[in-house]
Amino acid sequence: MSREHYQAVIGLEVHVQLATRTKIFSSSAAAFGGEPNQYTDPTCLGLPGALPVLNREAVDAAVRLGLACGSRIRSRCRFARKHYFYPDLPKGFQISQYDEPLCEGGRVSFRLHGKPHQVRLTRIHMEDDAGKNVHDPSGVSFVDFNRAGVPLCEIVSEPDLRSAEEAAEYVRAIRTLVRYLGISDGNMEEGSLRCDANVSLRRSEASELGTKTELKNINSFKHVRDAIEHEITRQALLLDRGEVITQETRLWDPDRGVSAAMRSKEQAHDYRYFPEPDLPPVAVDEAWQEQARNALPELPEARYARYTDMGLPAQDTAVLVAERAIGDYFDQARAVAPEAKKKIANWLINEVLARVEDTRQLMDPAIPVPPAALAELVVLVEQGTLSGKMGKEVFARMWQERRSAADIVATEAVAVLSDRPALEQACARALAASPDEVARYRAGNLKLLGFFVGKVMKETGGKADPRVVNEILGKLLG
Amino acid sequence: MPAPDLRGAALTELAAGTAAGKWSARDLVETYLERIAQLDKKLGCFLLVDGEGARKTADAIDKRLAAGENVGPLAGVPVGLKDIFVTRGLETTAGSKILKGFIPPYESTASARLAAAGAIRLGKLNMDEFAMGSSNENSAYYPVHNPWNLDRVPGGSSGGSAAAVAASLCAGALGTDTGGSIRQPASFCGIVGIKPTYGRVSRYGVIAFASSLDHPGPFGRTVEDAAALLEVIAGHDPMDSTSIPRPVGRYRAACTAGITGMRIGVPKEYFQAGMDSEVENAVNLALAELGRAGASIVPVSLPHTQYAIATYYLICTAEASSNLARYDGIRFGHRTASAASLEELYAKTRGEGFGAEPKRRIMLGTYVLRAGYYEAYYGKALRARRLIADDFTAAFAQCDVLVTPTSPIPAFKLGERAQDPLQMYLADIYTVAPPLAGVPALSQCCGFTAAGLPIGLQSIGPPLGEEAVFRVAGAYQGRTDWHTRLPRDPS
Amino acid sequence: MPGCKSQEFQSSVAQEWYNRVQMTRITADEVREIAVLARLRLDPAEIERLTHELDGILGYIDTVKGLDAAQVLPMTHAVPFDCPVRPDEVGASLSIAEALQNAPRRHASSFEVPRILPGPGGA
Repeated sequence: MSREHYQAVIGLEVHVQLATRTKIFSSSAAAFGGEPNQYTDPTCLGLPGALPVLNREAVDAAVRLGLACGSRIRSRCRFARKHYFYPDLPKGFQISQYDEPLCEGGRVSFRLHGKPHQVRLTRIHMEDDAGKNVHDPSGVSFVDFNRAGVPLCEIVSEPDLRSAEEAAEYVRAIRTLVRYLGISDGNMEEGSLRCDANVSLRRSEASELGTKTELKNINSFKHVRDAIEHEITRQALLLDRGEVITQETRLWDPDRGVSAAMRSKEQAHDYRYFPEPDLPPVAVDEAWQEQARNALPELPEARYARYTDMGLPAQDTAVLVAERAIGDYFDQARAVAPEAKKKIANWLINEVLARVEDTRQLMDPAIPVPPAALAELVVLVEQGTLSGKMGKEVFARMWQERRSAADIVATEAVAVLSDRPALEQACARALAASPDEVARYRAGNLKLLGFFVGKVMKETGGKADPRVVNEILGKLLG
Repeated sequence: MPAPDLRGAALTELAAGTAAGKWSARDLVETYLERIAQLDKKLGCFLLVDGEGARKTADAIDKRLAAGENVGPLAGVPVGLKDIFVTRGLETTAGSKILKGFIPPYESTASARLAAAGAIRLGKLNMDEFAMGSSNENSAYYPVHNPWNLDRVPGGSSGGSAAAVAASLCAGALGTDTGGSIRQPASFCGIVGIKPTYGRVSRYGVIAFASSLDHPGPFGRTVEDAAALLEVIAGHDPMDSTSIPRPVGRYRAACTAGITGMRIGVPKEYFQAGMDSEVENAVNLALAELGRAGASIVPVSLPHTQYAIATYYLICTAEASSNLARYDGIRFGHRTASAASLEELYAKTRGEGFGAEPKRRIMLGTYVLRAGYYEAYYGKALRARRLIADDFTAAFAQCDVLVTPTSPIPAFKLGERAQDPLQMYLADIYTVAPPLAGVPALSQCCGFTAAGLPIGLQSIGPPLGEEAVFRVAGAYQGRTDWHTRLPRDPS
Repeated sequence: MPGCKSQEFQSSVAQEWYNRVQMTRITADEVREIAVLARLRLDPAEIERLTHELDGILGYIDTVKGLDAAQVLPMTHAVPFDCPVRPDEVGASLSIAEALQNAPRRHASSFEVPRILPGPGGA
């Protein structure tokens, strides 16, 4: 395929919608799910005479994001007006940042097929979100300004990505990061994480960049992959035919699996940027940056390295690192029983995670099985007091009844039956009741051991310790 | 209880009289409403008279006063608001057809503070559309006539405010000044108007023309009146990010503090050959009077004055083109009757709703902000602005207050300059520099031409130097009686 | 300046303006382009008049080009302080009725506009 001759060069602009209580430049609620235009005020509606007032929390979230990416935080940054006409843009301009953004440089790391990747960032800046247009089949559109003014951070990457897969992982890494920081839900389907892609191709040995196209309307991780894949293929075909790539903006159509160029009239965007006169420059001094730095949690990269050093298998580490609350839970449980860390990880991944809808519930005090309780259960299984199977049953009851393992074991007598004489007798009875099978076993049908174990387990109501039973039977059968 | 003769009544007198129970707030309101009903059809000062609202407010105030409550320093004083201040529940048009019928759901900080101080809003005052103009001929509704001579303009853009105070249709008024729009009409109408330091008075609720240059401020018959109004409306506002967080000065007290030992700077660039000779004479006499009052006169220079008008028009049109982008017929205001597409909606609504001057400035502003033009025009203007501001800083190292004419010419005839926009802009020569620098500047009457038209004297202070400005203006007023002259009521 | 005696305002700036007044700074085509950028529908008479007026004004404004200001920092604000910030707490907002009260055309609690073509508009 012709694609092999080309190198794809991809840069992404990712918009992160911040989960602040109020909008970036006004104090109406940054809330969702209400009636259209339920959460507005003169400023976010763009009424005559209204003025912007900056939300400190929005800046703080952006600073933490920048620090987490290793960006340089400007001690003084500026807002700028970016002009275009569209119904969901009430003032006729967006308040964004142009010449002096909050963050410059930095990088985002991710792993793909086990290999580490790093994408350099150009910048991260703050801006206000627009409202929403809803298209009606009757031939009109309806405008809702609830979302107008919600804070956004725009993360602009250098064109370091080389495949659609990498691009999707990059966006996923940003999602994980913003959720770790607690600054955004990072949900593409809901729109709290959005992505535009710039794609160009060049001959693999070339150093110059080809003409890039901009892709918009990418609303999920799948779209990230599909849209970019499609664009790479489209450009490769054109280049093979000796045609020229037009610099344009293309909209991804997920239903048809193709992109289409936007009408050229809309392409000629002269945003007429100039410094926002209603907002003096924003000072983020050393003290503020220090405070923000101290408030950073352990980030995914660092946590991944720490769990790897601990000896946890890569598969498990990936899950533990996927959401901050999972690792937090793990660390707390592990603190109670450090030797059992691998088992704790298993139990957490297989039993606990299966029972929560939202990982944030893991660290909620209301969770039925908090980290220490899980650790206690795991220790009981490791010690042999409970078999694995019994352990699962106990866990289920712990979850349902919010009781500790020790409590359940004590009151229900669910401990493993490891009283040797009793087991020896149970084994002897099982063998005596099945003389034919014993004979066949001794004749070489070793598989029948399982049959005998099964009978002993049945007789003991599943409480016999299977290891001991196996051992005793082995001796009795010779 | 009878109201006083309101012609020429000072706001401070009226406030004192109401507080002392000499007359009721309702009496004052009725008397002013009567004057407006009789005289304003000849003048055109008001776009909207809210008689019902004023009466209600007056009655409420009278009740509270009768109960012994302290209603505020301006209790019972009827005032007018330039129609650029949004008033909750009361139509606000900015002098434009594109905002006809616009009922704001919120109140401007400045007008709210006036109301909290007990002032009574009589209505909304006429103005040049979106504050763009120097004659009030750009009002989309009707022009304003100068009370001193009905064939003449009152100045602009706060022409309605200045004329209303001059004609005693209200005791005081609020306006805005971006390139001279308080001072020049004050000058043309023979009253006091002050453009405070940028950020001294909140812009929240002031319909924006040029954000970095818009200054809300008061008009009064006397310097004490202007000072009293300024004390009420000035001060930090958390709703305006450019609002100065420093405490408000004691402006009324400054009016009588005297000027012995003060140095008055006279910038030579404001006294070029070819000035109107009557204006020049009046200002020179005023300077002499200030000298006799104990100040010394110091010649200074503001060398970048020649770039002030170009700088001003580059910055204000760029910002205006941006601030006026929100007028699109979607959330408020005029909307074209039929639009087949979104593009038509925008283009027709705006084409129909804006008058010639806003269109001119939007076009100019859009032009200078275009990619590729920014550095040569807007970028350059921002640098020129710093040089102009630095000129003032340097001058204030040598003097305490600058004194200049407010306008090179007295009020011109209606229609005389309306055809040549550039000529209109060039008459702003003495007023455009202080807003660029953000320094406070006041205009007061310093004489009359032979034809009976008022001449304005401008006092400019350093940033937050309103007190120095009021000292000079107060000293001058104390030694003259121009402020007691009144125009005849139009018949 | 038109309409003024030559003695009036004889500053060097006015002289320069006279000298430059012959050069065309803006064409009718450019005026049409800008009108589109600014979403202003102008009739042919307006375009002609604006071309003439803007040309004259730009000619005057060009004087600022002669100013050597390369070493000077731009002055974007006339206030010497940094941007104030506010706490992230819900404050005064508008009811739906207030938000919609001036809507020229509405549908339930939304603002109504002619059909927008698919795809994001600007940013």
